[in-house]
Amino acid sequence: MDSWSYIIWIPLLPLITFVAIGLFESRLTEKISGLAGCVSMGISTFLSYCAAWQYFFISGKSEEVYRKIITLDFTWLKLSPSLSVEWGILLDPVSVMMLVVITTVSLMVFIYSTGYMHGERGFARYFSFLSLFSFSMISLVLATGIVQMYIFWELVGVSSFLLIGYYYDKPSAVSACKKAFIVTRFADLFFLIGILIISWYGSSLDIQTLIARLTDAGSPEFQAIKNETFLGFSVLSVALLMVFIGGAGKSAMFPLHIWLPDAMEGPTPVSALIHAATMVVAGVYLVARLFPVYAISAPDVLTVIAYIAALTSLFAAVIACTQFDIKRVLAYSTISQIGYMLMSLGVAGWGGDREFGFMASQFHLFTHAMFKALLFLCAGVVIHTIHSNYMQDMGGLWKKMPITNIAFLTGCLAIAGIPPFAGFFSKEDVLTAAFEHDKFIYTMALITAGLTAFYMFRLYFRIFHYGTTAHHHDAKEHFSIMLIPLGILSVLSLVTGFIPFSEFVTPSGKPFYYHMHFNLVAYAVIVSVAGIVIATLFFYRRSALPVALAGKMRVIYLAVYNKFYIDEIYLFVTKKIIFNCISRPAGWFDRHIIDGIFVNGTANATGRVSEEIKGLQSGNIRHYLWFFAASSVIIILLFLFIYQP
Amino acid sequence: METYSPTVEHYLVLGTALFFIGMFGFLTRKNMIAMLMSLELMLNGVNIIFVTFNKFKHPVALDGMFFAIFIITIAAAEAALAIAIIISIYKNFKSIESDEPHTLKF
Repeated sequence: MDSWSYIIWIPLLPLITFVAIGLFESRLTEKISGLAGCVSMGISTFLSYCAAWQYFFISGKSEEVYRKIITLDFTWLKLSPSLSVEWGILLDPVSVMMLVVITTVSLMVFIYSTGYMHGERGFARYFSFLSLFSFSMISLVLATGIVQMYIFWELVGVSSFLLIGYYYDKPSAVSACKKAFIVTRFADLFFLIGILIISWYGSSLDIQTLIARLTDAGSPEFQAIKNETFLGFSVLSVALLMVFIGGAGKSAMFPLHIWLPDAMEGPTPVSALIHAATMVVAGVYLVARLFPVYAISAPDVLTVIAYIAALTSLFAAVIACTQFDIKRVLAYSTISQIGYMLMSLGVAGWGGDREFGFMASQFHLFTHAMFKALLFLCAGVVIHTIHSNYMQDMGGLWKKMPITNIAFLTGCLAIAGIPPFAGFFSKEDVLTAAFEHDKFIYTMALITAGLTAFYMFRLYFRIFHYGTTAHHHDAKEHFSIMLIPLGILSVLSLVTGFIPFSEFVTPSGKPFYYHMHFNLVAYAVIVSVAGIVIATLFFYRRSALPVALAGKMRVIYLAVYNKFYIDEIYLFVTKKIIFNCISRPAGWFDRHIIDGIFVNGTANATGRVSEEIKGLQSGNIRHYLWFFAASSVIIILLFLFIYQP
Repeated sequence: METYSPTVEHYLVLGTALFFIGMFGFLTRKNMIAMLMSLELMLNGVNIIFVTFNKFKHPVALDGMFFAIFIITIAAAEAALAIAIIISIYKNFKSIESDEPHTLKF
């Protein structure tokens, strides 16, 4: 069994579903479109499990190292004899792992959506967009060429835009989808510049070739890019930093994180799939894909990444403690956890023990996808039942929604890092990697871990305990198809931690063995438990403590509650500075010079001249004939006089 | 009996004369059928000139002949079109005088 030909069907099936549902949208009933989406995604999931099995256990290894397998490769554009745009499918531990994550979460979300979106206008449209997203995300992780990657990178952005703006008659959703698109697009500009610089100096568009050339200190490409400097830095560092900014835009790193909390305007399953589990980790994937270049040729950029990520992670965790919209809390927690992944990549290096951080980040990506999707889907059930996003309308739901309660608690324990849930293992690895590299980053990460446990349990208690609220007497958990994915994901959140990730996913493909440091484990668990205990004191029952505390630290509380006024700063910069100094003059120039003089001026001149000479258009054929004959004679005479041999 | 063979000038004069007679008719007649006939006259004048040059200047080549044949073909097609137009004008204006249909203007 060494055939990989079925891999192509993993992205193709969602694409076919997208086209089919999209074309016949108005004629499809809910049942058919939902079923088509689920079945095709189910087959894709099954195929990707087959691929993972085949890759990791049967034919992926040669000489104890996981090699990179290119199963499909064709030239799309041949730009010059040595440079061409290739399309293909690349299998390596990272892409196969991502494949499993994406298809699993997609399938869960597809099944869940048939219940959640039941009766919504545009049900079929929703499923076609969701399929488009799955297709582009799968193709993104399988890409061999950097151009292919960029195309699908933009496609996931587009499908995210379409799905955030799904309720297009709601102004807040419309502005949220525009914000998400503009912010990520702005970051993608840097990504594009970065890959252009890299491929210009590396003179290739194939990722593997680029990595080989840019990590070999003897190659002429490496010499060229290393010796060129820009603002005192080597061009390679600048380019890699720009690529990271692109990734930071998609992965919502500070200060480009502002779109993610607003993206929660989309339907909740969309938030679970796109804005928690898959698309937002594209930035992590991107850095992981180019990791050898970062680690070998520009470790300084990795340090920058680690600091930005650690700061973002702490910053988002602090904000998450004060928010009242349950989806926003989860959004900030997503930002914080992605910060963990990137931080862990940032503290990693090349060779030996230093590769540990890379493994930890991929591990955390994997487990986070499972438990964060679970949390979002639970929140979706709650919102579906209560018809509100706000904690104030909830409380005491544990009796009414027992299954959701257990599932949510599982998710909270997993994200808080309590053994033996999945988050415990991956977070432990992340913290260990940080500890071995940089104590300052480790401290920030440890505080974040405590805060994470605190705000997640605040969320849990405010939804399911915290006394009882009167105004949802009719709220009741019905057994529906939405609960099935919750069950599956809960089990996954429990067991995925036991996967020996270090044997599978490492940058060089060599299996890796390590031991846990027991005192580090103890610190992290103690901090998390402390967070949970404080949350229990504050929020298990109604208590005056949190309000009193917030009152005491009023200034800080307000700053945090308003998300450190980052949105306001953005508004100030865009509305006051960019609009007034650039957009308005540009608009004036466009209206008066381009439109006024060139477009309308030409039209007016033509119009006036025509008005003057329209009398010649008498409608009488013989007049025209005379004009024609006379002009022919004049032209012939002119030729005779001018072109004398 | 003295044999008389026409030279190139004779042919050219004939062709040019035909062309300008046609042109005169085309510009002065009001009846559209007559204008069409004048047009045919112009075309045939050009044909004669083509064939003449072919015969006298490049006796081995056939280009002039080809052109003549093309022009005859086009003239046939053009006559069909023109007559169709004239018929439809007649239906609309009850006349085939070229001064009548002057509604196609600003």
